[in-house]
Amino acid sequence: MISAILVMALGAIVLGAALGYASVKFKVEGDPLVEKIDAILPQTQCGQCGFPGCKPYATAIAAGEADINCCPPGGEDGIRKLAELLGREVKSLSAEHGVEKPKSVAFIDENTCIGCTLCIQACPVDAIVGAAKQMHTIVAPLCTGCELCLPPCPVNCISMVPIGESVETWKWKYPVFALNVAQQKAA
Amino acid sequence: MLRQLFSFNGGVKPATHKTDSTTQSIGSVPMPAELVIPLHQSVGGTPRPLVQAGDVVKKGQRIGEADGNVSSAVHASTSGTVKAVEMRTMAHSSGLSSLCVVLEPDGKDEWAELSPVAWRELEPGAVRDILRDAGVVGLGGAVFPTHLKVNAGKAGKLKTLIINGAECEPFITCDDLQMRERSAGVLGGVIILKTLLQAGEALVGIEDNKPDAIAAMQATVKALGDKAAGISIVPIPTRYPAGGAKQLIRVLTGIEVPHGERSTDYGVQCFNTGTCYGIYEALELGKPLISRIVTVAGNVEAPRNYEVLFGTPMSHVIALAKAKPGTDRIIMGGPMMGFAMPNADVPVIKATNCVLVGSPELFPEPEPEMPCIRCGECAKACPADLQPFELYWYSKAKLFGKAQEYHLFDCIECGCCAFVCPSRIRLVDYYRFSKSEIWAREQEKSAADAARERFEFRQYREEREKEEKAARLAAKAAETKAKLAAEAAAAETAPSAATPSDAAPTGDDAKKAMIAAAMARAAAQKAEAAEANIKPANTDNLSPAQQAQVDAAEALHAKVDTLVTGNESGEK
Repeated sequence: MISAILVMALGAIVLGAALGYASVKFKVEGDPLVEKIDAILPQTQCGQCGFPGCKPYATAIAAGEADINCCPPGGEDGIRKLAELLGREVKSLSAEHGVEKPKSVAFIDENTCIGCTLCIQACPVDAIVGAAKQMHTIVAPLCTGCELCLPPCPVNCISMVPIGESVETWKWKYPVFALNVAQQKAA
Repeated sequence: MLRQLFSFNGGVKPATHKTDSTTQSIGSVPMPAELVIPLHQSVGGTPRPLVQAGDVVKKGQRIGEADGNVSSAVHASTSGTVKAVEMRTMAHSSGLSSLCVVLEPDGKDEWAELSPVAWRELEPGAVRDILRDAGVVGLGGAVFPTHLKVNAGKAGKLKTLIINGAECEPFITCDDLQMRERSAGVLGGVIILKTLLQAGEALVGIEDNKPDAIAAMQATVKALGDKAAGISIVPIPTRYPAGGAKQLIRVLTGIEVPHGERSTDYGVQCFNTGTCYGIYEALELGKPLISRIVTVAGNVEAPRNYEVLFGTPMSHVIALAKAKPGTDRIIMGGPMMGFAMPNADVPVIKATNCVLVGSPELFPEPEPEMPCIRCGECAKACPADLQPFELYWYSKAKLFGKAQEYHLFDCIECGCCAFVCPSRIRLVDYYRFSKSEIWAREQEKSAADAARERFEFRQYREEREKEEKAARLAAKAAETKAKLAAEAAAAETAPSAATPSDAAPTGDDAKKAMIAAAMARAAAQKAEAAEANIKPANTDNLSPAQQAQVDAAEALHAKVDTLVTGNESGEK
């Protein structure tokens, strides 16, 4: 009887020690789910979801505090990917957070700019260059199109310019063929 | 001398349609009224325009400067005036516009000053820069900047230099005619490449359906004698796509370049014959690449090859060959790999090896697709040893990750699989769709990653600035405190009987001390003013009303003074 208890106790101690060691040795830094969600989010850092950036929104989704349909720049495609990752249902984009717009970049009308630096302070990705009382300009390849620079501008010299399709960014379309060709031939 | 040849898997034998356009020599094209020269004609960055509307340019003058190393310069094809630098429809399936230099020829066709390059004495890097600035790109169709390929890889030395004169695609005969008529120039380029890359041997692979080209090249090699040592002209069996780089390397050397590796790692590099001619002109004559030989074939009365200046509208060249009625489309390239053009007026560019005029009789509208029956014919035909049916399923289902696992990017889009497909599935369209979708996603992802990094750095910077500011304020406060403490200490050493608690003033005490000091200073100033009997200068000749106001104010001051002194005495 006692020897059986001792054997079981010994087993428990050994396994417990092994598990304890493993939890220390293989500890995962950060929350992998947050990282995965963050990787899906478009990183515009626009705050339209109500959180100050994509990472906080990802954290809120992972904690179950936010819904997956609050990101207008990510659009339907982003919601679908999030739903797939989290095993939740696909929803349509929440209207109160905004609408999906074509991808744009900000453009500063340099004749109107007074050099107040307010937009520079608002830009979450440091994509605006300029200095006090000097003209500012957008570094277009770095602009995420978050529109955060629009409200602070005192002279309304910033506008959003949609990025059109160019020869370099053009994509081949999904192949489709007309079914009625066969019908026409048969007729 | 018999050389052992190898064979690649798969391939097809479509009707070649090559003889019609080889009956006549290379023709010249009358100068069009306007040349539209796109800036982006090669793989890589879009060249920066160097001219603006109104500029007068000479033939061969650089009008677009290479943007970075993976890019290639663009030159004026003739002398004339720049009418505009604007967006024009590009020779591209999308039908979209890109930035073009619109040139109005002056009819003189006057060359800019040309100077041959002493390439033998130059560093390889300098020669590469010259090739980049001369706008030399791969003329086989891929338009990859040549200067990036004139690099012998890790070994620093090439075993075999492969020159691609296979020209396997139906209808296209531009390389054939060039080798027949300009073999000396082509071989001049081969000699340059062989020297620059220190290649042990150079093999010029030509499909055996071009006996005239083979004979001309062999004759020139013989005539060159010692200069052409190590260069062999090798006829290879005619089978599409023997002109694919990896396929030709396999046929000539037996080397199979594995997935994801470069042929230079195996001591082999491959160039097109047209590119060799371009290299020869750029280095020996100093002429930049401003024209190329273009086959005009298909639904035309007189198929022929023409030397065409870049920027010439395709319709201008087609008019010479007289398009037959029933023409319904223009294809750039051949029937297997070519791209449909948005209209006939798009310009001839560096990638235009052939302008193929199509008609419903020549290229009937493909019959509707049937479901894949998994017969495996496509896998047998694939020269890249892929499994096209798997790629098709995954592309159709938009499972791009899986398609990549099956090496989608090793597909050379040769069209053999679609050619043999009994269900008439347009397989290549699916691969092109998948590839562009994957590229777009990768680009989006790298942009998002960069934005995340910048955002995180900004947050870190703001945090750091906040800390720095706090540290600065704290340091200043400490400094003031130390100063006050020193003053207090000085006061203590003075004869007055200050209590010991004043020696080290704490926060509140320090403030009080400062206020007291300020009040003492104000009182001292006032006393001084009273002593000197200074009065405000504007108190003479006052009206009775003003005098009354002054009196009231002085009465108020006196009252305040008595209150303050009363308080002080009360405290004491």
